[in-house]
Amino acid sequence: MFELIGIPPQALFGQLLLGLINGAFYALLSLGLALIFGLLNIINFSHGAQYMMGAFVAWLLLRYAELPYWGALILAPLVVGALGVVIERLMLRRLYELDHLYGLLLTFGLALVIEGGFRHIYGISGQPYAIPPSLQGGTNLGFMFLPTYRAWVVVASLALCLGTWAVIEKTRLGAYLRAATENPTLVRAFGINVPVMITLTYGGGVALAGLAGVMAAPIYSVNPVMGSNLIIIVFAVVVIGGMGSILGSVITGYGLGLVEGLTKVFWPEASSTVIFVIMAVVLLIKPAGLFGRA
Amino acid sequence: MTDALLEVRGLEAWYGESHILHGMDFDVRRGEVVTLLGRNGAGKTTTMKSVMGVVRQRRGAIRFNGAETIGLSSNRIARMGIAWCPEERGIFASLNVRENLELPPVVRKGGMTTAQVLDLFPRLAERATSQGTKLSGGEQQMLAIARILRTGAELLLLDEPTEGLAPVIVRQIGAIIRDLQAKGFTILLVEQNFRFAATVATRHYVVEHGRVIDCLAREDLEAGGEKLKSYLGV
Ligand SMILES: Nc1ncnc2c1ncn2[C@@H]1O[C@H](COP(=O)(O)OP(=O)(O)OP(=O)(O)O)[C@@H](O)[C@H]1O
Ligand SMILES: [Mg+2]
Repeated sequence: MFELIGIPPQALFGQLLLGLINGAFYALLSLGLALIFGLLNIINFSHGAQYMMGAFVAWLLLRYAELPYWGALILAPLVVGALGVVIERLMLRRLYELDHLYGLLLTFGLALVIEGGFRHIYGISGQPYAIPPSLQGGTNLGFMFLPTYRAWVVVASLALCLGTWAVIEKTRLGAYLRAATENPTLVRAFGINVPVMITLTYGGGVALAGLAGVMAAPIYSVNPVMGSNLIIIVFAVVVIGGMGSILGSVITGYGLGLVEGLTKVFWPEASSTVIFVIMAVVLLIKPAGLFGRA
Repeated sequence: MTDALLEVRGLEAWYGESHILHGMDFDVRRGEVVTLLGRNGAGKTTTMKSVMGVVRQRRGAIRFNGAETIGLSSNRIARMGIAWCPEERGIFASLNVRENLELPPVVRKGGMTTAQVLDLFPRLAERATSQGTKLSGGEQQMLAIARILRTGAELLLLDEPTEGLAPVIVRQIGAIIRDLQAKGFTILLVEQNFRFAATVATRHYVVEHGRVIDCLAREDLEAGGEKLKSYLGV
């Protein structure tokens, strides 16, 4: 087959797939962050810890309840989302009137507490989580080998992102959400219970992070710091896409995953910094982000 | 027992430390159009927000259909059948015209259908897919009124619906308010423009410094309204 400036296609497509996988997680996580920021005005710094909890809950369910992957895919996000609801009710609720900074500090503190707790109990070595039997193996596409589980992650994440976007843009519930993001007081005065909507939005955004964690479990090892490694990049993605833009965060998530993959091929040394360079450039040229409304 | 749909007694309200309403007393009877008139800053908007439960620091009595609402949150109050069209109109930029129109949930039976509302405001049907805030000021005002007609609310609170609009639009809004009254809606209207108010309302409460200082009948305005002019300083 062809070669591109000395790069074998296997390596090129391999890295692109890796980029796409990372992009799938960036997109899922920044989608939840954008949802939460839009309605709650809170920068949810515990998003990474909640993603990690999703993976851990899946692992615990498998280990102690013998609940397989597919069950965990449903149950773990519900557990993580329910914890989110409790956090919103008990703590975040008190911060809405205050500066963003308070929410950021609280959720950052929570992230440290959650990660510290898991590290204390499980250490940092990481627990393996097997790919479910139905998604093992792969397909040889000729130019590359496509592992089934990775294909599943990309497709599932894309479907989730598009599904969430469609709910927000095309349904009545989504219209309430968009309207309440703009003017919660008025939406409430129309008879909508906005406080409950806010609680459920936080729960939903956090559940999405938990779901991403379950999907990540078979790819990365399940360990307490898996979220904090990822969340820094996800925040850069959110800044590049524009805080609060749903579609923007999804497109940026996938796009930056691919950019990162390509950089690994052509200039490996820069691959871990490229996203932050892009972030700096975007902030200089378009401070509200690529898709943000200034 | 009065026949009032809305009864407000001794209503006081605060924004933080500032005491804005100092005991408002007024009634709106079923089927009536009543205005609150008063100078800038008199407390007319604050009164509406207090009735709606949007201003939460409030005291006194606000009875709707005989039920006390002073302790309720605004979503509960809306569900009892009161709908609010705010002074700043509150059209949502992230919703198109149709979504704006259909946003407020139906709280009781007997409201107008979307088709009936669009009959009353044909311009909104033409602009259905435009972004809400791309409409002209007059169209946005129409939309802000139109969207609360579907909900089944009996009492409409309209805060300065003619503010900043051209005379021809003001006349249209007047015709719509008379039409709504004929359809059975009860309307509490805030106005600065008393000439407009005189054409739609049967009674006018004059508000000053957070109190009702007088109540004028339609005849009082028609007879020259000297008293009112002195109240409003025009
Ligand atoms: N959010 C707020 N915080 C503090 N004070 C406020 C607030 N909103 C209004 N006020 C003050 O409350 C008083 C009454 O305001 P309100 O808006 O009710 O007046 P209004 O009669 O509707 O006036 P206008 O005709 O200009 O709309 C004013 O002195 C105003 O400055
Ligand atoms: Mg006002």
